[in-house]
Amino acid sequence: MPDYKVETKNLDLYYGDFHALKNINFTAEANTVSAFIGPSGCGKSSLLRMFNRMNDLIDGTRFTGEVYVDGQDVYVKNIDVDGLRKKVGMVFQKANPFPKSIFENVAYGLRVNGISDKHYIEKKVIDSIKKAALWDEVKDKLKKSAMELSGGQQQRLCIARALAVEPALILMDEPASALDPISTGKIEDLIFELKNQYSIIIVTHNLQQAGRISDYTAFFYLGELVEWNKTKIIFTSPSDIRTQNYITGRFG
Amino acid sequence: MTRKQLKQSIAFNFFRLISLMVVAVLFVILGFIILKGIHVINWEFLTAMPKDGMTGGGIYPAIIGTLCLIAGSMTFAFPVGVLSAIYMNEYLKESFLKKFIRTMTNNLAGIPSIVFGLFGMALFVNTLKFGDSIIAGSLTLGLMVLPVIIRTTEEALKSVDDTLRIGSYALGATRLQTIRRVVLPVAFPNILTGLILSIGRVSGETAPILFTVAAYFLPKLPSGIFDQVMALPYHLYVLTTSGTNVTESRPMAYGTAFVLIMIVLILNLLANLIRRVAGKKTKMN
Repeated sequence: MPDYKVETKNLDLYYGDFHALKNINFTAEANTVSAFIGPSGCGKSSLLRMFNRMNDLIDGTRFTGEVYVDGQDVYVKNIDVDGLRKKVGMVFQKANPFPKSIFENVAYGLRVNGISDKHYIEKKVIDSIKKAALWDEVKDKLKKSAMELSGGQQQRLCIARALAVEPALILMDEPASALDPISTGKIEDLIFELKNQYSIIIVTHNLQQAGRISDYTAFFYLGELVEWNKTKIIFTSPSDIRTQNYITGRFG
Repeated sequence: MTRKQLKQSIAFNFFRLISLMVVAVLFVILGFIILKGIHVINWEFLTAMPKDGMTGGGIYPAIIGTLCLIAGSMTFAFPVGVLSAIYMNEYLKESFLKKFIRTMTNNLAGIPSIVFGLFGMALFVNTLKFGDSIIAGSLTLGLMVLPVIIRTTEEALKSVDDTLRIGSYALGATRLQTIRRVVLPVAFPNILTGLILSIGRVSGETAPILFTVAAYFLPKLPSGIFDQVMALPYHLYVLTTSGTNVTESRPMAYGTAFVLIMIVLILNLLANLIRRVAGKKTKMN
């Protein structure tokens, strides 16, 4: 697996007149889990979407500054955006499996990236579902519709789907916020497993979750990256009073 | 019962009555046509040429003609309509161009069908020299139902959850792959609804085919797309108003109306069946 370092330099993002991200300078080292925390609307999801150019899909966005994934400026002209999105997987807040079979959901990324070798696809699909800790629950019903799975299973299927195309960096936008505690626990265990092989950036509203699973934590407030550091440091001795207020629950 | 509840109960019962009236009208029309038409229906009526100045024989060429026109107009209008709806909904951002196309499409829907007939005659029959022919009639009918297909397809595409598109892009799929593999399969059952609606209109319209294809009396089957045909709605009109013996051919007219309704009904049921099967495969929860 290649190492994926992620970096932004002087990044400012606007949605129309709204200044969503203010001069963000952030780095995530390879093979680490970084958590983005902060109150709603602070810009953490917006920053996440910069790394695989998902903000391109929103009308009226513009930005200044630079974004690097694995040393490559991802906003230079003529870059292969679809190729970038293959390398940078994404898991969304609400599980969004395709209304296809469980097997086809995971095979989808391979197929759209031009892979047609049946044996390879089958192997990769099984492999990815296993990695996403879903295999035991679905191994007898791969041909069944993904819509029949529970919310937590659907979310793990979406993770399996992202893993199948062999990303090196996985972006997770509040992946457990719509799930019950047991499903959330499973997702967290999974992230723990995955962090040996992937770089992961996760947006979360759940501070305990950030504390449990991340190596680094970045705190955002009103579009600013207030501070980021090792998770332990952020949670025990933050240097900014706003961070301290947030993690102690005084606002947010 | 309080005054408020009483008012509400009166209001809703009134609404119920009104909606039942709508259903009643449909049943009266159907019942009337069936009662008057069904006894003319027999094998000869469905498979023979008209004879004795259209007071006897069958309506076979008109049935075939209408089926030809349905097939012809859909071959043209369905792909064009679906593709332009895809372009508008999936590619075009909100812009002046999009608004312009949408307004023009709606305007197209508002043009009276007889005007389409006139236009079809001027363009296809005369200028392009297709003559009175299946192709001229099909293109005219196709133009007429384009807005229906575009509008229903657009609605079908809009009803596809955006999170599916985004999930697909996030895996490195292109816009085209996303449309083909995710959006269209989900939207397909609803797109089919547009097809059903337009088939219903195409098979029933008389004005657009009046000057472009329909023959008053042509007791043979077409051998190509440049041939004229008889068509059920026009045949109905002829039998009712300008046949050789209007009174004698009146039962034939009811029979024709019956067949016309049945064709539309059967096509609707068929499309509904496809819709249900296709919908099951891509069912959203």
